[in-house]
Amino acid sequence: MRISLLVSALAALCLGGGAMAAAPVKIGMVTTLSTKAGYLGEDIRDGFKLAMDMEKGKLGGVPVDLIVDDDGRKPGKGKQIADRLMQREGVKIMTGIVFSNVAMAVVPKVVREEVIYISPNAGPSQLAGKGCHENYFNVAWQNDNLHEAVGQYATDAGFKNVYMLAPNYPAGKDALAGFKRFYKGGVAGEVYTKLGQSDYAAELAALRAAGPDGVFFFLPGGMGINFIKQYAQAGLNRQIPLMGPAFSFDERLLKAVGDAAVGVVNGSQWSQDLDNEANRTFVAAFREAYGRTPTLYASQGYDAARLIGSALQAVGGDLSDLGAFREALKRADFVSVRGPFRFGSNQHPIQDIYVREVVKLEAGGTTNETRKKVFSEHRDAYAAECAM
Amino acid sequence: MLLFFEQLLNGLQLGVMLFLMSAGLTLVFGIMRVINLAHGSLYMVGAYLAATVSLHSGSFLLGLLAALLASALVGLLMELMVLRRLYQRDHLDQVLATFGLILFFNEGVRMIWGRQPLFMDVPQWLSGTVELIPGAPYPSYRLAIILVGVLVALFLYLLFNHTRLGMRIRAGASNREMIAALGINIKLLNTLVFALGALLAGLAGAMAGPILAVESGMGESILILTFVVIVIGGVGSIRGALVAALLVGTVETLGGYLLPLLLRLFLPLASADGAGASLASMSVYILMAAVLVWRPRGLFPAHD
Repeated sequence: MRISLLVSALAALCLGGGAMAAAPVKIGMVTTLSTKAGYLGEDIRDGFKLAMDMEKGKLGGVPVDLIVDDDGRKPGKGKQIADRLMQREGVKIMTGIVFSNVAMAVVPKVVREEVIYISPNAGPSQLAGKGCHENYFNVAWQNDNLHEAVGQYATDAGFKNVYMLAPNYPAGKDALAGFKRFYKGGVAGEVYTKLGQSDYAAELAALRAAGPDGVFFFLPGGMGINFIKQYAQAGLNRQIPLMGPAFSFDERLLKAVGDAAVGVVNGSQWSQDLDNEANRTFVAAFREAYGRTPTLYASQGYDAARLIGSALQAVGGDLSDLGAFREALKRADFVSVRGPFRFGSNQHPIQDIYVREVVKLEAGGTTNETRKKVFSEHRDAYAAECAM
Repeated sequence: MLLFFEQLLNGLQLGVMLFLMSAGLTLVFGIMRVINLAHGSLYMVGAYLAATVSLHSGSFLLGLLAALLASALVGLLMELMVLRRLYQRDHLDQVLATFGLILFFNEGVRMIWGRQPLFMDVPQWLSGTVELIPGAPYPSYRLAIILVGVLVALFLYLLFNHTRLGMRIRAGASNREMIAALGINIKLLNTLVFALGALLAGLAGAMAGPILAVESGMGESILILTFVVIVIGGVGSIRGALVAALLVGTVETLGGYLLPLLLRLFLPLASADGAGASLASMSVYILMAAVLVWRPRGLFPAHD
């Protein structure tokens, strides 16, 4: 930190007080690092930092200073941190929030105060539709997107009678709604479980009795681990194919599930085996820096950093004209690790979405393999409601 | 109908799990009069140790053994270092201190094992299914859990009703001053009881490891139901804990299955499922309220 200040001060001296600002641009990251879900924020942060480290502390050639703080998955705490970052640190760019409920508490407020917020994960429908804002950009997805992709896959694959399962809270209901938006077959059952439930024996017995030809589930975090393990233990994984969004099948959760997840089809906008130059560089660098395979969250953190970098470069690190910075962000002039990427009118991604299958590795363990592209240039369902 | 029996079996299995947890806690609560919120942390320690040891040694039984020893040891230390100072304090101090222990253990586990949940598999010899009810294969591992629960219940019955140690523990539960006056080392007795409770929690955790996600904070989700079981069963009563655990396990499981079906008779499908799920999660607490109205001290109060 001190060294980087010194270096940039020296650089400014050498340039004779040239165009470059001496102080690094501050970027505030409010994310979830504690609680069970702490690994999500950890990966977003590590992905973001990787992009900075690859440029030796700069983004788009502009020195940056990343300030990270943990919201503990609590909306109130997230708000406090955001206030402090804005008032005490004078931060103009923020990112990092993992969960939609935290985002809903923080984002509408900060964007009104002329701070640019770039979401690396949460994409609640309100912020994509009526609540869209010129200072809000989402570089990950709208929450429904990955469920929609699985719905489309189920339709294409000819499933006729799917059983659906999600926790009984807003994101769970949105997940099933997103799936059904593109799934055209029949519904064998639609079950809402308790949030945080750990034992699914009762649901599995009812599921078997309903005799579906496929199961769609959205159970984030530990709930998903429990469900997948118990699904396999009941012998159901050999009878009824399982599918879901990528959230239950990131590279770190797969380690906790073991072989029970083999064969599961899941929808994702990114995968570590996507064959493009930017992705190959990213995956190799991430593995080298952190000694693990990146998750989709890490890829989103990396892309958020590179998006910010592209816009900083365009304005030469000068944030005094926020409008120019915003225009530069809107162009999304960076190479995303997921391939083609641009922003729609509501500043949410227009991107391809794939389905992946969990496969066994010869060296032991499991990983995701991209199976096929389900959507090309997919945009979210709420863009029309956005006034921009 | 077949499905109903299968769900009953699931309820039984959840009940057994709850029994393992609540047997230890009810003893601590009933004999030492200490509210130990950190009981769930012992469950977590059991699960983590079992997962780690079985992963490195490749043997499930070795993992189980390590989990039992470690959780009993941690329980012993917890009693000696923290709880012993709390016996004379009021319940609020106990709740605060043991809640602090929960935070300590959760963060400690994260520091040692990291944030990523651990993986623990069902042992090969229990990984199959058994067709107990025709057409509904049941995981043999869950049957093993039920068996272990029955054995533990039997062991506790023999310990409490047919050994001198059990007699003293029972005596301590009903009148601790008197038993101390009779020259029995109540401090040692307390430590032993606490370690036994910790061991049972560790056993529950180790058994849960292959079914559930082994992660920091996993103890809290089962702790709430455990307290419900203790209150329904009557504080300090093992028999009460057994009956209440089976009752709560059955109500929890059957509620989740039957209530949505019931509501579907007069509500549209989607809202019936939503309302059914909400009602089902309340059902255990409704049961507790009903029992308390009928018997304010629980089903089998240990001391009157």
